[in-house]
Amino acid sequence: MSVINSRIPEGPLAQKWTNYKDHQKLVNPSNKRKLDVIIVGTGLAGASAAASLGEMGFNVKSFTIQDSPRRAHSIAAQGGINAAKNYPNDGDSVFRLFYDTIKGGDYRAREANVYRLAEVSNSIIDQCVAQGVPFAREYGGLLDNRSFGGAQVSRTFYAKGQTGQQLLLGAYQALMRQVNAGTVKLYTRTELVDIVIVNGKARGIIARDLVTGELKRHFGHAVVLATGGYGNTFFLSTNAMGSNGSAAIKAFHKGAMFANPCYAQIHPTCIPVHGEFQSKLTLMSESLRNDGRIWVPAKKEDAEAIRAGKLKPTQIAEENRDYYLERRYPAFGNLVPRDVASRAAKERCDAGFGVGATGLAVYLDFKSSIDRLGKNVIESRYGNLFQMYEKIVDENPYETPMMIYPAIHYTMGGIWVDYELQTNIPGLFAAGEANFSDHGANRLGASALMQGLADGYFVLPYTIQNYLADDIRTPRMTTNEPEFIETEKAVKTRFEKLMSIKGKRSVDSIHKELGLAMWDFVGMGRNKEGLQHAIQRIAEIKKEFWSNVRIPGDMKGMNIELEKASRLADFIEIGDLMARDALNREESCGGHFREEYQTEEGEALRQDDKFAYVSCWEFKGQDSEPALHKEELVYESVKMVQRNYK
Amino acid sequence: MEKTINLTLKVWRQNGPKEKGRFETFKVSNISTDSSFLEMMDILNEQLISENKEPVAFDHDCREGICGMCSLYINGRPHGPDDDVTTCQLHMRKFKDGETVTIEPWRAAAFPIIKDLIVDRSAFDKIIAAGGYVSVNTGGVPDANAIPIPKPDADDAMDAASCIGCGACVAACKNSSAMLFVSAKVSHLALLPQGRVEAARRAKAMVAKMDELGFGGCTNTGACEVECPKNISIANIARLNREYLVARLGE
Repeated sequence: MSVINSRIPEGPLAQKWTNYKDHQKLVNPSNKRKLDVIIVGTGLAGASAAASLGEMGFNVKSFTIQDSPRRAHSIAAQGGINAAKNYPNDGDSVFRLFYDTIKGGDYRAREANVYRLAEVSNSIIDQCVAQGVPFAREYGGLLDNRSFGGAQVSRTFYAKGQTGQQLLLGAYQALMRQVNAGTVKLYTRTELVDIVIVNGKARGIIARDLVTGELKRHFGHAVVLATGGYGNTFFLSTNAMGSNGSAAIKAFHKGAMFANPCYAQIHPTCIPVHGEFQSKLTLMSESLRNDGRIWVPAKKEDAEAIRAGKLKPTQIAEENRDYYLERRYPAFGNLVPRDVASRAAKERCDAGFGVGATGLAVYLDFKSSIDRLGKNVIESRYGNLFQMYEKIVDENPYETPMMIYPAIHYTMGGIWVDYELQTNIPGLFAAGEANFSDHGANRLGASALMQGLADGYFVLPYTIQNYLADDIRTPRMTTNEPEFIETEKAVKTRFEKLMSIKGKRSVDSIHKELGLAMWDFVGMGRNKEGLQHAIQRIAEIKKEFWSNVRIPGDMKGMNIELEKASRLADFIEIGDLMARDALNREESCGGHFREEYQTEEGEALRQDDKFAYVSCWEFKGQDSEPALHKEELVYESVKMVQRNYK
Repeated sequence: MEKTINLTLKVWRQNGPKEKGRFETFKVSNISTDSSFLEMMDILNEQLISENKEPVAFDHDCREGICGMCSLYINGRPHGPDDDVTTCQLHMRKFKDGETVTIEPWRAAAFPIIKDLIVDRSAFDKIIAAGGYVSVNTGGVPDANAIPIPKPDADDAMDAASCIGCGACVAACKNSSAMLFVSAKVSHLALLPQGRVEAARRAKAMVAKMDELGFGGCTNTGACEVECPKNISIANIARLNREYLVARLGE
C-alpha cells in the first residue's frame, strides 16, 4: 500500500468541498482558545491564515524572519489576482477558471484541489474589498478586470502594478488587528530552525531569535508552514534576498514528503544579468508583452557587433531582425506562455544571436507600438515599468529597445500536502507557495496571489479544525519534554558545526557556485547527462561548503552570515532534490523541459502513460538517496491534451 | 558602457542599542557604475569577510523597491542622492570616482538601532495594530461590487496605500514625526466606504499610539514628502488633521 493518501472527498468534483465542509469536525468556541497554532511565515498565506484563525478564537503564534509581517515577498507581486466573478460578462465560470489552471499546469495538478481554488476565488475578492484593498475601478464605481496569459476571459483584478502589495497589506492589517486583540502573538526577526515531533505529531518548533541569536522552544497543537518558495536555490532569481527553502527542508528531514521539486517557473521578461556582483534579478511585468515585440539580430555578425558595442539595435534594419516568437508561433506571437517564451530566448542566445555585453539578452522593442499608438499611450500603460528599467539600466526604453532575459521566478513544487493541506506528518500543514498543490508543472499569471489567500482565508481555517477537533483534550506542553530538548540540542550542534568550520570562502561565493550549476544543468533546458553531472557537482559543492565556509563573528547576537550559511546548507539539499526529480521525470511538462522529450518543432512532449503522477520524495538520511513515492493523478472531469500555441 | 569607480565609505558601526557607535572608514575599488548601492555594500562585505572581519549589517530584502526593508541614510539623505527610489534602486552611477560616501542608519528615538545600520521599526507595526485596518472578520462580507466607489476616490486611496512603511519620512523629519506614515493609512481607509465607518475612531487611536511611541510633532516642513520614495503626498497630513479634528469635536 502506498504511503500517499491524498484524502480527496467523495462525490462529484463540484460537490467535494461543500460535502467536506458539511461533514468535517469543528471545534467549539470555548475549546478554541485552549488550542495553540503556530504559523510560520507572514506572506499572503501565512498572514491570512493567522488573522483568520485568530478571529475564530484560536491562540495563534505567528513567526517572520523580517522586521515586520508586511515585508514578506508576496508584496512584490505586480500583475493581479484571478477570480471567476464573471463581472465582464465574458463567459467566465468556476469551471473555466479550474480548467484553465489545470491546462496551464500542463495536467500535473490535482483536480479536486484546483476546483476548490477556483470555487473560493470569488470570496477572496469580496474579502479584500471589505478590508479596503483599493482595486482598480471603472468610472461607474465597479471593479475593473484585465486579461492575463493562458485565458480567454478577463478575470484578473488588480491594484495598479502593486496588487501583491495591496493584498498583503490587507492581510497584514487583519493580522495586526488580531495582534491588538491578543489572539495572535507576533514573533518578528525570528526564524524556524527545526520542527518538533512528539509521538509522530508536529507539536512545535525551535526558533532562532535573529537579534539575540538565542534558540527558543515553542509549542503548538498544530504547525503551519507558509514559508514561500525555494527559487533562491539558483542564487539569482526574482525572489527577495531572504526568501529561502529551509522550513521545507526541516519538514523533509522530519519525514514530510517533498513533492515535484523540479517544477520551477522561469519568467521570460527580467532585466538581464550585468555582472559578477549582481545580487538579484528584477522582473518586468508580463503585461509588457502586450505591446512589445521580441527580437534578436537575424545575422550573427550583427549580434557580435552589438555585443562588442560597435552597433546599436536601432541601426539594424527591419529585414535583418528576427522576431522569433512571431516567426515560430504565429497564432500567439509575443503572448505565448511563460515557459515557451523563456525557452525560445535561450535557444536564440545559445545559437549565438544574443545581445548585450554578455550575449545573454534579447530585445523587447516598443517602437512599432509607439509609432502606432503614440508615446503617451505607452507611457500611461507602462510608465512606472519604463522608469524602473531606466533607473536600473540607464537606457531610455522609449528610444532604444529594452533588453530582457529569463530568470527563476516561482516554484510550483514544494511540501506535499493532502486535500486538507496537511503533510504526511499529522499536525504539520503547508500553505501558499510552500506547498505543491495547485499549479501542476506551470503556474499561470495572477494565480499565485489567488492560491496564497485561498489557503489562508478559506481552506486552512476549515481543514485545520478537522485535525484540532481530536486535540481538545491535549494539554499545552511545557516545552521541557525530551523531544523539545533533544531537537534544540541538535539545532545547537548544527550551528556550532557551521561556526567551527572556519574555512576560507564566504557564503555567497559558494551560493553563486551552486546557482551557476543549477542554471546550467537544472535550468531551462535539462538532459540526462547534464542532470547526472549536476548531482555530482552539487555533492562537491556540499563538501566544499561543509569544509571551507567562513562565518565571521559568533553565535551570540545578530550574525547575518550565519543566517545565510544555515539557509545555503538547505538550498544545497534542495538543489540535489531538484536535479534528482528532473532526472527521474523523463518527459517535458510545463516548466520542466527535458531536451530528449520534445516534438519536432521543439515543443514540450509529455509522457502521460508514464508520468501522470506527483513525485513525492522521502528523506532517507544524509548519506542515502531519497526514496520516490508516486501519487497517481486521476482526471475525471478534464481530458489531457497536448498544449498548442501555434 | 561599463565604468568603474573607487570610493571611500564612512560607515556607522554599532554593536547594539545600548552600545556606543562610531564611524569606520573603508575603501572599495573597481565598483561598476551599473551596480546598485546594495551590491556595492555586498562587495564591501565580501571584502570584510575575506579579511576575517564582521560584515556591516544592513536591512534589505526584495531589492526592487517595494518591501520597504532597506533604510540607509546616505550623504545626509534617506535612500541617498536620487529621487523617488529606495536605497536598493539607487545605482552607483549617481556617485563620482574618488567620492567619500557617508552611510548612516535612520536616526529617530522611536527607531532604536539594533546593529550597525539596522534599526527597529516595530513602532510602525504598533501604530497599525492600534487601528490601521477595517474591522471585518474573514467571511460573511458583501459582494465585492455591492458598493460602487467613485474612481477618483479609489485612485486617491490607492496613492495613499502605496506607502511601503520604510520610515524615510521619519528619518527625514527634524522632529522625527511619523505623520506622513500615519496620514497615508488614515487617508487610504477613510477614502473608501468600507473604511469610512470607523474613520474617526481609527484616526484617534493611531495618533494616540504615535504620540505614545515617541515620534515628534509635525511642523509642516514637507521634508518627508521630498524624501518619500513612493511620492506620498503631504495632502494626506491635511486629511488626517481634518479626520482627527472631527473625531475630537465629536467627543
